[in-house]
Amino acid sequence: MQLESMYQDIILDHYRNPHHKGLREPYDAEVHHVNPTCGDEVTLRVRLDGDEVADVSYDAMGCSISQASASVMTDLVIGRPVKDAMVTGDEFLKLMQSRGQVEPDEDILEDAVAFTGVSKYPARIKCALLAWMAWKDATAKAMEGSDA
Amino acid sequence: MSIDVERIRADFPILTRTVRDGKALVYLDSANTSQKPRQVIDAIEDYYARHNANIHRATHQLGEEATEAYEGARIKVANFIGAGSETEVVFTKNISEGINLVAYAMGNAATAGPEAERFRVGPGDEIVITEMEHHSNIVPWQLLAQRTGATLRWFRVTDDGRLDLSDIDELINERTKIVAVAHQSNVLGTINPVRLIADRAHAVGALVLADGAQAVPHMRVNVQELGVDFYGFTAHKLCGPTGIGVLWGRAELLETLPPFLGGGEMIETVAMEGSTFAPPPHKFEAGTMPIAEAAGLGAAIDYLNALGIDDIAAQQNELLAYALKSLTAVGGVRILGPTEAEDRGTAISFTLEGPDGREIHPHDVSQVLDAHGIAVRAGHHCARPLHRRFGVTASTRASLYFYNTTADVDALVEGLRETQKFFGSA
Repeated sequence: MQLESMYQDIILDHYRNPHHKGLREPYDAEVHHVNPTCGDEVTLRVRLDGDEVADVSYDAMGCSISQASASVMTDLVIGRPVKDAMVTGDEFLKLMQSRGQVEPDEDILEDAVAFTGVSKYPARIKCALLAWMAWKDATAKAMEGSDA
Repeated sequence: MSIDVERIRADFPILTRTVRDGKALVYLDSANTSQKPRQVIDAIEDYYARHNANIHRATHQLGEEATEAYEGARIKVANFIGAGSETEVVFTKNISEGINLVAYAMGNAATAGPEAERFRVGPGDEIVITEMEHHSNIVPWQLLAQRTGATLRWFRVTDDGRLDLSDIDELINERTKIVAVAHQSNVLGTINPVRLIADRAHAVGALVLADGAQAVPHMRVNVQELGVDFYGFTAHKLCGPTGIGVLWGRAELLETLPPFLGGGEMIETVAMEGSTFAPPPHKFEAGTMPIAEAAGLGAAIDYLNALGIDDIAAQQNELLAYALKSLTAVGGVRILGPTEAEDRGTAISFTLEGPDGREIHPHDVSQVLDAHGIAVRAGHHCARPLHRRFGVTASTRASLYFYNTTADVDALVEGLRETQKFFGSA
């Protein structure tokens, strides 16, 4: 039934056992994002090593979709060049805005393809995007900082 | 109870539809917006099909009929809430606009004539609200305080979800200009002692506004007995359409309260150098108003009166007691607010734990319930400070109306158990 299309096993696994959770030092930038409709919140830190994402740590309160999305995201961006990670982020944004009409690119999105079902529920798209938006914001801030 | 719920449900076309692949709709979100009976839908259709015209200015028959529909609704509202006169009833877009009307008009008093003296707010003055308010009864007052330099203060909420009145004499004092309080909480269901608060406010010369959005649909309200100065509510929560709300105000206050929105119909004369204003309520009704919506609101009030508002209240209280008992019997449910059906309305907000003792997020709860055809609300219900007070960011809210049955409550309980099962299995 429909529920399983949203709550894929991958999502429930990440929700129950989130990866890279907790706030860590050192970091180059920290941001705090909220989802105003439901009150979900994430505090997220980024550490860059040159052009590479050295670490992403976070503390989040929210639903299973937002928690699992944060966990999957850290798997996908940590240890990768910022440029490549941003491509994945853009692809994920495209998928979430697709209303289920786009065939996801598994090579780019890996575990994040599990969120395809979520894109059919307009009320939940922001949940899935919360951590990604926070990461983009924090990364931009970290890069500004390193330019200065 | 003398309400025949099965017969009533036949009046609501939407209750027969199915959702999410053929599930019967179990609608438990009436505190958000109520469903509409055929009589209200027909009244709106009839207005557009037969009487549509602009009001107060058309000199033809349709204009007369439209004006009659609109002004007739005003009289029905006045009678429904025990107003002294229909001229005390101002139509607004919704209750948020009604509260903003008072807050902005008080801000405008600073530059109005001496007749508006009692509405003036400035540095050293205080505005008192409560921690259990809907954002619509918080933010307009924060903005007024910002504009005028006044100080915003608030009543706290006790652990069992009642207003903490222990410091009422200190909170409401000679510096207080206005006290704004919910008649009934949209989250906790708590019915507040408005009369007691109003008496204290008046003893120190302050004004009182009550937010009746959640109260008017469920109980007999008499604004004069409540002793308030302003009282607001919205049509769509009492079987009426969206797009129209009501602000009631005491005649002598509406006379001297400065205008809020300027425009057509709210004026007496307009010259390029300045304007004078129409007497209330028209002074506060600028531009073309929601006329069809007023006709719909009138039909909604007729509908509620035919059922009997006291009978509605009695049926609601019985169903509420059943719902509270059923929900507390579900392990892992924690109800925010009073757990007894006394001085309490039918909005029931709660958190839910899975078998592992971990809280299941309200968005996840409502998603599983939705898959079973059960509509509830998840989030902070526009009352973030109140959720913070109870140490949570969000809750799930089931809210009942007179078309709900014990079977709906049973479906909710079953749905919650399914939710626990769904998120519990590792």
